[in-house]
Amino acid sequence: MLDALQGAFHDGLGYLAISYCLAAIGLNVQFGYAGLLNFGQAAFLSIGGYMMGAAIATGGWPTLAAMALAIGCSVVLALILGIPTLRLRADYLAIVTIAVAEVLRLTFGTSFRKYFHGKDGVTGFTDGFRSLNPFDYEGTVLTFSANDMWILIVGWIVVALTLVLVWLLMRSPWGRLLRAIREDEVAVRSLGKNAYSYKMQALILGGVIGCFGGFIGALGQASVQADLFNLDFAFIAFTMLILGGAGRVLSPVVGAVIFWAALSFIGSILTDLSAQSGISSFMDANQASNVRLMLVGLTLMLLMIFRPQGIFGDRKEIALDAR
Amino acid sequence: MPAETPTATTRISADDARKALVGLATEPGVSKPDPIVVVDGVRRTFGGLTAVDVDHVEIQRGVITALIGPNGAGKTTFFNLLTGFDQPDQGDWSFNGTSLKGVGAFKVARMGMVRTFQLTKVLSKLSVLENMRLGSTGQLGERFWAGPLKFLWRGQEETNTERARDLLARFKLDKKEHDYAGSLSGGQRKLLEMARALMVSPELVMLDEPMAGVNPALKQSLLGHVKSLREEGMTVLFVEHDMDMVRDISDWVIVMAQGQVIAEGPPDSIMSDQRVVDAYLGAHHDTDISELEEVVVVGREGSSGDAADESAVPRKDGPA
Repeated sequence: MLDALQGAFHDGLGYLAISYCLAAIGLNVQFGYAGLLNFGQAAFLSIGGYMMGAAIATGGWPTLAAMALAIGCSVVLALILGIPTLRLRADYLAIVTIAVAEVLRLTFGTSFRKYFHGKDGVTGFTDGFRSLNPFDYEGTVLTFSANDMWILIVGWIVVALTLVLVWLLMRSPWGRLLRAIREDEVAVRSLGKNAYSYKMQALILGGVIGCFGGFIGALGQASVQADLFNLDFAFIAFTMLILGGAGRVLSPVVGAVIFWAALSFIGSILTDLSAQSGISSFMDANQASNVRLMLVGLTLMLLMIFRPQGIFGDRKEIALDAR
Repeated sequence: MPAETPTATTRISADDARKALVGLATEPGVSKPDPIVVVDGVRRTFGGLTAVDVDHVEIQRGVITALIGPNGAGKTTFFNLLTGFDQPDQGDWSFNGTSLKGVGAFKVARMGMVRTFQLTKVLSKLSVLENMRLGSTGQLGERFWAGPLKFLWRGQEETNTERARDLLARFKLDKKEHDYAGSLSGGQRKLLEMARALMVSPELVMLDEPMAGVNPALKQSLLGHVKSLREEGMTVLFVEHDMDMVRDISDWVIVMAQGQVIAEGPPDSIMSDQRVVDAYLGAHHDTDISELEEVVVVGREGSSGDAADESAVPRKDGPA
């Protein structure tokens, strides 16, 4: 039990949680505020991880320059996704983003092996980042090794700064315009606002935030592999966002932490149970990891039934939809 | 960019504008002395159906023009075409002398031509006050880079809020300012939408059925609001089935049927125009305007299935 709690703590704060958390913050800007259905957030994270990793490992670029390249690439990706679809109905963006995320995953996983190394993925790009690590200890502190601790501190600082930026933006007339577009784009255009341009800005901002998630994930893992960015990614990120309550600044963070902690906790409990029951056939590790996803799914269904607005949402807002 | 208020220097006063209409020929496409909108050969088809086919029509600046016609006459499509929400197959139209062909809806609105919708479009999950603030043009805080820097846009926001509150008070929505717009009733949404359109400081306000779903008492004050827009120098074009409103406040009436402008003229003469009676008002024989009431009653008893009668019915119980 203690192990399970410790594992939950570790995974709830770890670099994967941070990475997903940034992905969900980006989604919150796109979906929660502007109403854009982006099912390809994984594409932005893979661009972040792969471009940074390959530029450092193969190109020998300094870390910051590699990050700048990746950010530039994610802006270009947002433009490519947005230019043909944002003038159309919302569903077109959803379709295109799913497809593009898959195309990118397959491209990174199988092509340009000189840079992306196929299934093995990109490695050997963390030296620059780790050389700045002020922590220097053996073993673990609070379950985290020195390298983990460093990515943790940097990661959560990035999350905090991003949240402040999102909060500042969303209380401004810019944010009001995004929310208005989510409600009714035609009305916004009738008031002389260029809805298309604002949707594009939201898509780019959300994508760049996702790109940072890619950095943290890659630096924490010390490798980038295409498999991580499969279709599940989009749904997990959406789950986190809706768990917290879309359109609230803090919800992606809380959603991501709870999701990872719960996943880890349920996983360890299941493993323990099957170990203690003495019957090895009760559930093996693979089955346990699938069952925990089922239980998470069940929890989410219950949440949607009894608290559809998420943790931070406003019930009154949801009620308006029924009118 | 300070909100441009319409001034008397660029336009003639409402009274003069109305006088200028006196004595104009009452035929479709007659040219007006000072048109704000000129439409030429605009045609829009949906498959085999010609929704709008307007040869020529001009809308006089500074007056209230009503656009009437039976359901399906193409009035709303015409609105959509003028405001850039739909593009015609052919034709040209201009606002203040600038051609609007191919100009996007938001640019049209920025030029000072703002519309409302028949099915109201309030932004449900924004408060009433936020709906209003959104209408202001040229907000610095709507730029991405300026958004986080509140000191840059706070002053402008306060000015806009003040204007919004004034307008809300005029439309009796001031007590609702913190409610979600989605919690308003249908009639209140109409009011909010109209007030929000005024936040844009338009030169031409286009109202699509402003009276639908508004209670009689509120109708009276709405009529007052629309008239006051004219006094402030705005031009109003509205679609309405409420013949009382049309008679009461419009200076000029344009009648559409089957996509075409079939008649135009001052309200009194248009009501007795045979083409209009046939196409829209639905009386069965020649009649004078003062007898219309009887005709409606007779018509309802005589052939209650005649759908065209419906539009004239409000005349009976409406305020004189």
